[in-house]
Amino acid sequence: MALMLKGARLVDPQVGLDEVADLLIDEGKIARVGNGLDAEGAEVRDMAGKIIVPGLVDMHVHLREPGYEEKEDIASGTRAAAHGGFTAVCSMPNTDPVTDDAEVVGYILKRAKEVGKCKVWPSGACTKDLAGDTLSEMGHMYALGVRAFTDDGHGIQDSGMMRRVMDYAAQFDCVVVAHCQDNGLVGEGQVNEGVVSTRLGMLGWPAEGEELEIARDIALSRLTGTPLHIQHISTARGLDLVRAAKAEGLKVTCEVTPHHMFLTEDAIGDDYPTALKVNPPLRTAEDAAALIAGVADGTIDAIVTDHAPHTAWEKDREFELAPFGMTGLETSLGLVLTNLVGKGVIDMNRLVELMAVNPRAILRQEPVRLEEGSAADLTVIDPSAAWTVEADGFCSKAANSGFIGWELTGRASDVYVDGVATLEAGNVVE
Amino acid sequence: MTDERTVKSICMDEAEIERAMTRIAHQILEFNKGAENLALVGIVTRGDLLAKELAEKIKEIEGIEVPLGKLDISFYRDDYLTHFAPEVHSTDILFDIDGKTIVLVDDVLFTGRTIRAALDALMDIGRPAAVQLAVLVDRGHRELPIRADYVGKNVPSSHNESVRLFLKDIDGTTAVEILDVPEGGRIGSAPLSKNGGE
Amino acid sequence: MAFSHKHLIDITEYSADDLMLILETAKRFKEVNERRIKKVPTLKGFTIVNMFNEPSTRTRSSFEIAEKRLSADSLNFGGSSTSTVKGESLVDTVMTLCSYKIDLIVVRDKHAGVPRKIADVSGVSVIDAGDGKHQHPTQALLDLYAIWEKKGGFDNLHVGVVGDIGHSRVCGSLVPALKTMGCEVTLIAPPTLLPARPDVLGADHVSCHIDEVLPELDVVYMLRIQRERLEGAPYPSLREYNRLYGLTREREHLMKPDACICHPGPINRGVELDSYMADHPERSIILDQVYAGVLVRMAALYLLLGGSNDGLDA
Repeated sequence: MALMLKGARLVDPQVGLDEVADLLIDEGKIARVGNGLDAEGAEVRDMAGKIIVPGLVDMHVHLREPGYEEKEDIASGTRAAAHGGFTAVCSMPNTDPVTDDAEVVGYILKRAKEVGKCKVWPSGACTKDLAGDTLSEMGHMYALGVRAFTDDGHGIQDSGMMRRVMDYAAQFDCVVVAHCQDNGLVGEGQVNEGVVSTRLGMLGWPAEGEELEIARDIALSRLTGTPLHIQHISTARGLDLVRAAKAEGLKVTCEVTPHHMFLTEDAIGDDYPTALKVNPPLRTAEDAAALIAGVADGTIDAIVTDHAPHTAWEKDREFELAPFGMTGLETSLGLVLTNLVGKGVIDMNRLVELMAVNPRAILRQEPVRLEEGSAADLTVIDPSAAWTVEADGFCSKAANSGFIGWELTGRASDVYVDGVATLEAGNVVE
Repeated sequence: MTDERTVKSICMDEAEIERAMTRIAHQILEFNKGAENLALVGIVTRGDLLAKELAEKIKEIEGIEVPLGKLDISFYRDDYLTHFAPEVHSTDILFDIDGKTIVLVDDVLFTGRTIRAALDALMDIGRPAAVQLAVLVDRGHRELPIRADYVGKNVPSSHNESVRLFLKDIDGTTAVEILDVPEGGRIGSAPLSKNGGE
Repeated sequence: MAFSHKHLIDITEYSADDLMLILETAKRFKEVNERRIKKVPTLKGFTIVNMFNEPSTRTRSSFEIAEKRLSADSLNFGGSSTSTVKGESLVDTVMTLCSYKIDLIVVRDKHAGVPRKIADVSGVSVIDAGDGKHQHPTQALLDLYAIWEKKGGFDNLHVGVVGDIGHSRVCGSLVPALKTMGCEVTLIAPPTLLPARPDVLGADHVSCHIDEVLPELDVVYMLRIQRERLEGAPYPSLREYNRLYGLTREREHLMKPDACICHPGPINRGVELDSYMADHPERSIILDQVYAGVLVRMAALYLLLGGSNDGLDA
């Protein structure tokens, strides 16, 4: 049966739409967009006061399956995605076995189809076993639809190997996605090098360890012509490197996480909060301000979460032994609405670009537009919902969020994937 | 603190204290047949000052300077947890107590627990030939089998009163006073720290 | 004077008054330590766990002596024989210890932040006996005590700390403590051994030239240099380190006549410190530091266990 979403504010910069109108879904696609649509034979849902945007995409998510199902699995991870307002996620390849061949990609796609609550676009490893020494079977994975290759987690240390990856990837319509970390500089670094590393007596993870590799990978993109996407950028100078590459006309894009924008190293107190142990580390207030400016001025292309679930016991231990990463799928939209849109840093159109349009473009996926014929992947936002981030309020198996206790305004109320509701009135549809 | 207590009565004034101290000095000398092999150890903070006064009197009477020391019992208290006063005073016994007759000096004898602690402390320092006890006031209410050998004055008191010695050098006036302690207030004489740390 | 601390974990939480109270109390314990019977019954019935998850002989024995002289019952827990090797988590280990109804945990761990974690989990008093590269507050206290006894106070003292500052938990506590007491502090080290932000520790000056600074110093605090493998080491050789930063006999003429020498031990003779300087009868207070270790640890135990129950006094 057709579904009529009535009276919401529809926002889609791709088609220059930002007005209150009705939207009719039929057969998994957007059938009509307009005012006073005839709802004959359709189920009507009143969406007054809500905002409907093209379905949000989180292009940096650790679903953990196969291999680490105690942290998260495809069922729980995609439910967390739906709960957070996402219609699709790009999963990272650091699974066990590593997502470095067609078999693992096939497994993820199959599981996502069986138990998923959003679309899952797996990324593939650039090198076998993420070991940085042998090319993975990119062609096999490409044939299954993989469009992004990454050695997320630590990056490719050897410059010659990174060049080989990018040279080889150039034959496919894909993007090489880079986690920028020079292990020679980073070593066992735990927190940003500077005030916090000195105060807490832990090894520093210097900004230069990230910036050096951003510069290298930009140079290799120039050399090979392969599109490059920089992951979770965290420093002001790293962002300047991307800005310069874009000005030069290189095919370079980048992403930022809410935690690198809204948290800083100053939040890491003497209680050694492991929830705030992330890679790259939380940086200075100046860096965070520069990232927010980069989001506003267009230098940053996408907001992602780097959703990195861990079990409670893994995080409830010595800071230096706890794993890096925090969850993000279920807080990202609320944080962006509260701290960027709510404060006038960006408007809803820009949010749609950052969280829906650009991720699809970077991942070479079919665009979703609020127009007739487009897939009905939609996120309905309640912009005025006030809520508090609580440890027991997640659909994810994990609660290692750095934002517990934050009071936010705005969240997803409904999500449709190919016209099928995955989230209704804030609850995941089973 | 003094302002929490009401002075009920003054049971010894300066002159009376002076006379009592003189008497105790004579009694010590009489009992021990002189000042030979004698040493005085006062318990801080008050007993040490009384011990000093006794030493001076003994010198006046007998012409002998007896060794004088002071003892802090903070590390020996049995109420460390409930009556913790962080300020520890120094123990100063610069002579060998082995084989000596030690006269322990304190201001007010009450439950006996302070003296118990002082005896333990003394035994850890050496092996005196004998230990005797001199107090300015015995107010009763003993909780341990301890009695004084020399007493300035017996002052019957009720359990919820505090009997306290004030001395000119520290307090501006010399007297033994009985004070009312409000319910829940600390009864007893020690420890008394400079800032009223009780 | 009030003392309201339950833990000794972060020395920056202690005021100058707090630190002085510990030093004054330590001085009282000196009298106890110089008797034939070097023991008082103060902590009779208290149970203290020495949880040393990293090898340590000096610090642990100093704590053990302090505990025994206060009549506390102590349990040594840690090393290769314990659960950490069996894969038990820190939290589980601490919960297990707490089931024994203990009163205080002294902890040494190679990971920064562990004492705070234990304090949060256990609810008992915790003394940090060195955590990773973070802090070592009782070491700082014994240093303060030795300097206080030698110099009579802290006013107008200029202290130079020489050596591996960036990886030193000793510095993490000592430098802030010296600043709290009003000293001027200069850090002297090759840039490879300095922390990212010396100013965060509170240092007033940083220098790579010991000869330039030495004439200004009242106290020269030499840190132990790690005799590590040379590959990846922060200095090319021990002999070059000795030449550039060692407190050698040849450098003595640069020192103030009354400048004293400290070292947390164990000493690498001939590397950071010549034997002549280490054993210097007027200048070296290194053994005084070791003795002070027992005194300040007794004081800390006495004050923390008493202080933790402050308020029960009706």
